[in-house]
Formats: sequence, structure tokens, C-alpha cells
Amino acid sequence: MKVKYFAWVRERIGKAEEMVEPPATVRTVSELIAWLAKRDEAYAHAFETPRVIRAAIDHAHVKPDAAIAGAREIAFFPPMTGG
Amino acid sequence: MTTPATIRIQQDDFDIAKEIAALSKGRTDIGAVVSFSGICRGSEGDENIAALTLEHYPGMAEAEIKRHADEAMSRWPLDGLTVIHRFGRIEPGENIVLVVTASKHRQAAFQAAEFLMDYLKTSAPFWKREESAGRTGWVEAREHDDTAAARWSKS
Repeated sequence: MKVKYFAWVRERIGKAEEMVEPPATVRTVSELIAWLAKRDEAYAHAFETPRVIRAAIDHAHVKPDAAIAGAREIAFFPPMTGG
Repeated sequence: MTTPATIRIQQDDFDIAKEIAALSKGRTDIGAVVSFSGICRGSEGDENIAALTLEHYPGMAEAEIKRHADEAMSRWPLDGLTVIHRFGRIEPGENIVLVVTASKHRQAAFQAAEFLMDYLKTSAPFWKREESAGRTGWVEAREHDDTAAARWSKS
């Protein structure tokens, strides 16, 4: 699946998007965050406070317990500050 | 008559008078038009702001605004609705966002515009980065924006 990052999450990880293939044991958004955070220090820094990270699956907001099965695109970003 | 919402995410500035006219021109069924425009401030507290840079999530920004525009049209009797949100670098005094609502009576137009702005603040995927003297940083979300959006939730 494609993963996208925005704002300071993107800056800390150092890329805007990538393809990832998590193992089958990674079933939810929060499990995917935990799995990504273990990759290296940059990911660990980006996801150091999981409760502030917002997520969207296929362009719709989702909660941390949302299932990721079937997702084409998952995005992680900080709380929004538009308007 | 139900008019589909106009939603635009763009880098360029917009002309508020032109957008209002586009909704109401030639219509005799509209009795009220409300417009809200959000403008880049030149200071935050005692700090001067040189510019804001807005990052957005293309595709989701349109989808998320459309979801709330559809909800606004189902909750209030609107005869027209326009939402424009800019991205990129914006300097103090420049427009950031525009919401225009048209209805037969003012109450629906006022309420729908406020509803949309409250949701744009908390759920449209845009992030502001602030440039001020010698430093840049991401603007932090404000709790009172969440509170403002939450009051529209149906229980």
C-alpha cells in the first residue's frame, strides 16, 4: 500500500510518500504506526507521540483502531490547521 | 432549486465580489448571501509574521470539503455554496479561504457558513507553516477550534 506523510510528519521522515508492505500481523492504523516507528530514528521521531498523529485511509479520516486491510493509500499527518 | 456546491483548492488568489456575484446573479429566489473570508494576519501575539505557507493533501482536501458541503446542504436550505481554499505561500493581508452561502433567509446562510468554517479548521487537510523573523515553524492546532466544530455534532 501507498503511505503518505504531511507537514512535520513528512519533514521528520524525510519523504512525502512510499510503498510499504507490513506483515499480516499489522492490522490497524495504530499497529501500522507502531510498525513504522520501529524502522529507524527518523520514523521513531515522527511517531514519538502517536496520540497526536491523525490518519486517513483513501482520503477519509479514520480512527487509530481502523482496519487497514484493502487500503490503497494511508496518510499520516499532524492535527490540521487550515481555514 | 438546488445548486451544486463549487469547491476549489487553488494557489491563486480569488475575487470575493466575483464569487458572490456568481452565486446570486440572475437569481430571484435568493434573499441572503453570507461570505466569510479568512485573511493572513501580520502578527501572532507579539510576533510579526512574514508569511504563511499552506501545505495540503491533494485529493483528500477536495473530498473532505465536499463531504462537509454536502452535509451543510442537507442541514440547511441553501441555494448556493462556494468554498475556496488556497495553498502555497501567502503573505499578511492576502486571502486564505472563502466560504459563500446563499439562501432564501439569512439564518440558514449564516449558520451554514459558520458550520463550514468550523469544520474547515479542524478536518480539512491543510497545514500552516509560519515564517517570522529568523525562524519558521508549523502552526499548532488550537483546542478551541475542536470545541467550535464539536458543537455542530448531532447527538
